[in-house]
Amino acid sequence: MVLTVEGLKKSFGAISALSDGRLSLMPGRVTALIGENGAGKSTLVKILTGIYQPDAGSLRLDGVERVFAAPQVAQAAGISAVHQETVMFDDLSVAENICAGHWPCHTRGWRKGMIDWTALLAQAQAVLDRLGVSLPLQARCGDLSIAQKHLVEMARALCHESRVLIMDEPTAALSHREIADLYRLVRHLKTQGIAILFISHKFDEIFEIADDYVVMRDGAFVAEGQIADTTTDALVAMMVGRAMGAIFPKRSVPIGAPILEVRGLSHPTEFEDVSFTVHAGEILGFYGLVGAGRSEVMQALFGLTPVSGGEISLDGQTLRVNSPKDAIAAGIAYVPEDRQGQGAILPMSIRDNITLPLLERITGGWLLSPKNEGAIAETFARRLAVKAPDWHCRVDTLSGGNQQKVVIGKWLATTPRVIILDEPTKGIDVGSKAKVHDFMSDLVAEGLAVILVSSELPEVMGMADRIVVMQEGRPYGSFERADFATNPAQGAAMLARAATGG
Amino acid sequence: MRRDFILAGVILGLALLIGWRAPVFLTLATLDDIATDTAILAMMALAQMLVILTRGIDLSVAAMLAFCGMAAALVGQALPELPVGLLLILGPAVGLGLGAINGAFVAWLNVPPIVVTLASMSLYRGATFLLSGGLWVSSHDMPAAFREFPTERLFGLTHLVWLALLAVLLAYGVLRYSRFGRSIYTYGGNPSAARYVGIASKRVLFSVYAISGAVAGLCGALWVGRYGIAFTDAAQGFELQIIAACVIGGVSIAGGIGTVLGCLLGVIFLGIIGNALPIMAISPFWQMLIFGAVILAAVTINRQKGRAAKIILRPKTAEGG
Repeated sequence: MVLTVEGLKKSFGAISALSDGRLSLMPGRVTALIGENGAGKSTLVKILTGIYQPDAGSLRLDGVERVFAAPQVAQAAGISAVHQETVMFDDLSVAENICAGHWPCHTRGWRKGMIDWTALLAQAQAVLDRLGVSLPLQARCGDLSIAQKHLVEMARALCHESRVLIMDEPTAALSHREIADLYRLVRHLKTQGIAILFISHKFDEIFEIADDYVVMRDGAFVAEGQIADTTTDALVAMMVGRAMGAIFPKRSVPIGAPILEVRGLSHPTEFEDVSFTVHAGEILGFYGLVGAGRSEVMQALFGLTPVSGGEISLDGQTLRVNSPKDAIAAGIAYVPEDRQGQGAILPMSIRDNITLPLLERITGGWLLSPKNEGAIAETFARRLAVKAPDWHCRVDTLSGGNQQKVVIGKWLATTPRVIILDEPTKGIDVGSKAKVHDFMSDLVAEGLAVILVSSELPEVMGMADRIVVMQEGRPYGSFERADFATNPAQGAAMLARAATGG
Repeated sequence: MRRDFILAGVILGLALLIGWRAPVFLTLATLDDIATDTAILAMMALAQMLVILTRGIDLSVAAMLAFCGMAAALVGQALPELPVGLLLILGPAVGLGLGAINGAFVAWLNVPPIVVTLASMSLYRGATFLLSGGLWVSSHDMPAAFREFPTERLFGLTHLVWLALLAVLLAYGVLRYSRFGRSIYTYGGNPSAARYVGIASKRVLFSVYAISGAVAGLCGALWVGRYGIAFTDAAQGFELQIIAACVIGGVSIAGGIGTVLGCLLGVIFLGIIGNALPIMAISPFWQMLIFGAVILAAVTINRQKGRAAKIILRPKTAEGG
């Protein structure tokens, strides 16, 4: 046992991200950490690597109680991590990147304190030898392929005599051949007695490379065991677990005529041949892993991304969407996933934010109409119960939840026919989630068509009338509510397999 | 709003302080002088504010001023019979073209504004030199009407002051009551969200640089008439005063924040300092230093706080898996 943690707790304000983190890693073995988005995996990893300090719990390295007050301390203790997005200094050389932060210096003579290039290259080469790979040491890192950058990341992680290596979705951006190379590398590291924590959403990878597994759900440890003794279905059941039983405010609404029809929509690189239909009063779920191309499809529908082919029609009329302006005019609204980056204009007032997509419609010309604007802002801010002294308040003075309401109000004010909600409950607490779900039911009851993009199985299964599963840019299948709702456990396993290709 | 009150208070206090040391400062004649002197700064600062609101900057304004002023002066010299109105329109017309070049580079070729206008600052200065062959056009070479127009009086105030007041009203109206103004604030506040609500960002960007050029052109014609001289180095370094006025007035360099009132107060503040120092018989060697120190102090006191955006529904931490 190299590293053992027990009872780790971490909360941020009122939100508990981790209530019971438990894990033990053994030298020469690969442990898969499995859980849905929001299960607390990242928080656990950040505690292990010293980025966060736990509120409670114990962390033992070789049986000795340790506190990692800073990332450097964890690193010095032999724990390294390769993160999902590579952190690179693109303009430095491979060797400099591998030894980033602790470049060897001359210790005497007139060059004292300056970088010792001979030692630097030797040190980097030694790490690469240990990994069993070869890379051009003097090449500029920005010129490498993504797979090669991953190698540099791993070499950097191993630069400090690591004994524990954490890999957070390392295969996300790799091709099949590159993944095979990665597996070889992982096996090579195992023979050197390094303990590896492997985080992945893809079951085929987990069964290929891992020896043990740990399942987490809602911030807590659920189960652990040996991969050889389990199956995909059993893992999915543990991942999704009792969350399946959670009550969703799903109301049965008569499903009306088709509103939005998409035929063979394609994009040069992100997605291909996507077809679906949404009806009035229907919630269409889009499920898939991060990077499956769901958001990209929605952005194309909204005119943010150009498409290379396909047809979109609204109420039977062919629609040409070249810009968000066209989409808004046609009655499509898109509430983006990154609400801060793409949603609110923080230094502007509530009123001005809400009326933004409407200005052309309610003014007709160059001049604004404060009266119309005020009336519309009033209507929608009230409807969403935005808490603010008045509608002239700047949005950056509001709480996060109220900012979110302003963003949704902005899109509702366009009186859309179709509203696309991209990960609407990502990162919000349970109470607010229920409100968002309830609100979705209100929308379909009014005859709107709702497209719900979500990475959380219970959410799509709880709310959607139909689910389209996407995998690597292609729609993998479409499932009716009867297919997944009658037996949630089986349904979950079916959807998870469709999304991961497992 | 509160920041504006503070700045207004500081201005008032400063005026009284200066008036106490040099009573001549608080006479109507002096105030009229200051207003006429700062009118051009006011117009230029308002136009600059539009650019800064879109997260940009226009460093080429003083060079555009010099070029357009030279163009108007040369035409006036060659065709003395031309009505003064045409000469005054020539300035902004030429400026619109110069500003449009800046705007095209920024909006459609995606070159950072500071780079574009730094280059065009030099470019337009050079063009002024070529246009004039390095020669001056002095007051007796210009039509008398052209020279007199800026300081001629209407209802007691000079044309310059009237034009500045007109610019204030226009800027206020556009920023507060027009779709274009709202688009400027939207783009400056969050360019990517602006895209999501269907704002034609490129057109907005192009327009603010074109407007900045046109205003610089008008000011160029007025400047040359007022000072009775056109030369290559006219208004050298003036862009820094213009930008300083905006920043003192609370226009955020990060874009999206700033009001006409604030900008105007910034202009008045600089106008008072610039005129008070010579009146108080402070040595020119000290004036520049004091000027810089005062700008630094004003900006430090008046800096934007709390722009560290709040996280919307994504507690930066609870993202979990």
